[in-house]
Amino acid sequence: MATVLILGATSDIGVAIAKKFAAQKFDIQLAARRQEQLEPLRSDIIIRYGVSCSVHAFDALKYSEHAAFFNALSPCPDVTVCVFGMLDEEDLAFNDWQLTERMINTNYTGAVSILNLVAQNYIAKQKGTIIGISSVAGDRGRASKLIYGSSKAAFTTYLSGLRNKCFKEKVQVMTVKPGFVYTKMTENQPLPGSLTSTPEEVAGIIYKAYQKKKNVLYVKWFWRYIMLIINSIPEFQFKKMTL
Amino acid sequence: MKKHIANWGNYPVVESNEESFSFPDQLRRLMDEQTSFIPRGNGRCYGDASLAKRTISTLKYNKILSFDEAKGIFACQSGLTLDQILEVIVPKGWFLPVTPGTKFITVGGAVASDVHGKNHHIDGSFSNHILEMDVTLSSREILTCSPVMNPDLFEATCGGMGLTGIITRVSFQLKKMETSFIRQKQIKAANLEELIGLFETHQYYTYSVAWIDCLKKGAHFGRSILLLGEHALLTDLSEKQKQDPLRLPRKKQINFPFNLPAWVLNAFTVKAFNYLFYTKNFKKEINRVISYEPFFYPLDAILHWNRGYGKNGFVQYQFVLPLEAKQGLVEILNRISDKGLGSFLAVLKVFGKQESIISFPKEGYTLALDFPIRPGLLAFLDELDLVVLRYGGRLYMSKDARMKPEVLETGYPDLGKFKDIVRKYNPDGRIHSLQSDRLFLTSN
Repeated sequence: MATVLILGATSDIGVAIAKKFAAQKFDIQLAARRQEQLEPLRSDIIIRYGVSCSVHAFDALKYSEHAAFFNALSPCPDVTVCVFGMLDEEDLAFNDWQLTERMINTNYTGAVSILNLVAQNYIAKQKGTIIGISSVAGDRGRASKLIYGSSKAAFTTYLSGLRNKCFKEKVQVMTVKPGFVYTKMTENQPLPGSLTSTPEEVAGIIYKAYQKKKNVLYVKWFWRYIMLIINSIPEFQFKKMTL
Repeated sequence: MKKHIANWGNYPVVESNEESFSFPDQLRRLMDEQTSFIPRGNGRCYGDASLAKRTISTLKYNKILSFDEAKGIFACQSGLTLDQILEVIVPKGWFLPVTPGTKFITVGGAVASDVHGKNHHIDGSFSNHILEMDVTLSSREILTCSPVMNPDLFEATCGGMGLTGIITRVSFQLKKMETSFIRQKQIKAANLEELIGLFETHQYYTYSVAWIDCLKKGAHFGRSILLLGEHALLTDLSEKQKQDPLRLPRKKQINFPFNLPAWVLNAFTVKAFNYLFYTKNFKKEINRVISYEPFFYPLDAILHWNRGYGKNGFVQYQFVLPLEAKQGLVEILNRISDKGLGSFLAVLKVFGKQESIISFPKEGYTLALDFPIRPGLLAFLDELDLVVLRYGGRLYMSKDARMKPEVLETGYPDLGKFKDIVRKYNPDGRIHSLQSDRLFLTSN
């Protein structure tokens, strides 16, 4: 059976994606910074879905360890889902370089470091799927998502380039841009119910799009049009707005 | 984030800051802040038990930790709901040892309310099947407890409405079954006298419960339908059912999309409903083999059925009276019928013996009724409380949103002991709810 690697499996969306693929009888490899936190999810997946599931320590910021981490995976995953990300209070980050740097390095540098390795492997095999969870926040820079948004913009651009590079090599790359999602990351923000999805909905939509080999996926679909409108506002006007 | 929350009765509604955790260290951090809180599961208790200015939700702490398919021992984190457990255990030939009338409750909630089911007279309440559990105290220490390990903590946590700490892990014994079907017997009783006789004749049935039409007077006072059930054996099944004897019921749910206006429920419509419910059974007795779903969870098929009571919400009133106090049952049903305050559901069941300090069940008859919130209702319920106490009964805290502290104190003779244990494990009183404040359970 095919195997899926979840990078960032302690996040709410990571958990939901792992369960969705397990329910479709994929074997699961869970990776996160703190491996011991993954044990309950591992037992849960094995008992519920009867698939095999392993846990692995992975730190997005320890670039030098990424190759050893990926090479040690057995079997080598057929699908790699990159879910990890970091969102802190932007006002805090703006005045604290260390926080800014960690956000950029988690959301962009760390993701590029591991996905380069995964892509090299898949290109060599001429087979494989990479799914990157970016964000609608990367579609246009806003004061309220200054660092997070720009790091996700870089990640979106990377995924788009990677898709272009991998197309001839029979490797599928999908960019996922969720809008508002009810997660621990957003627990303290007031979110408009009609525009907000649950992690389980996001995972279900991602799985369907994976089957259909989609390139860029907005979750939910109407975010594509919301972002279209936001992107069409002229900059001289946009800069005066509070968003 | 601050939002308005309510439990199943939609009464009361309060503004609360609700936070969740997925890992023990996140819980430690949440408990670190010096503010007080109450743990909260799926919000299916009816009143104000899991409401407070700050609530800590267990819903994301919901992983299955182990399942011994040979011995039927199941362990999970406390935020897992019973419907998810059923999906895993039923195909393997196991069932919940005790289940309430909804499967949308968390395991933590099942312990905190020490829920009972249609089999209480045979199998006791949920706590009778717990092997051990972890409770995270307000000091953030995690204690494992069972009937033999830290037994005082165990005793006060079962039925203790979350006041001893946050239940984080529960290990319990499941019940073996040959098929996922129920052999159901349905008997019509013309009045209360006949119903009580039927309960006695059929006391060896594993599952039993009765639906009473409490608006009927005279010779038909207490007109009702008694539902009895046993787990069906392979030999009970039809050829079609035998093809998949441990099948899970298909998910079919209707949503109640909005609150009904409060005037929809009045004496006339409730009478009509009860009439239809009773007379749709033409025969005196009906025997069928059906899926476990409609037998145990008839109302789960309608999501948000609580909206049927209107946006003001409702109170569910559940009490237990000792076996010898049948007259009390008559008196209470009479008062309700005289008042015409109406109820879709009046559910009667017999409890077996139970030894516990704060759990609701004790030997006797328990009756549960819904009352939409109306002017005059609360005063009327205060009157009923006095009748319940006069006959030596007590009320169920999981359903309660309004009883007075002295009603609890009279009904639960071990209340002092319970308060002492709560103080021992929750010494700074940081864990408290609207209900525990109202009932003086946690005030130091």
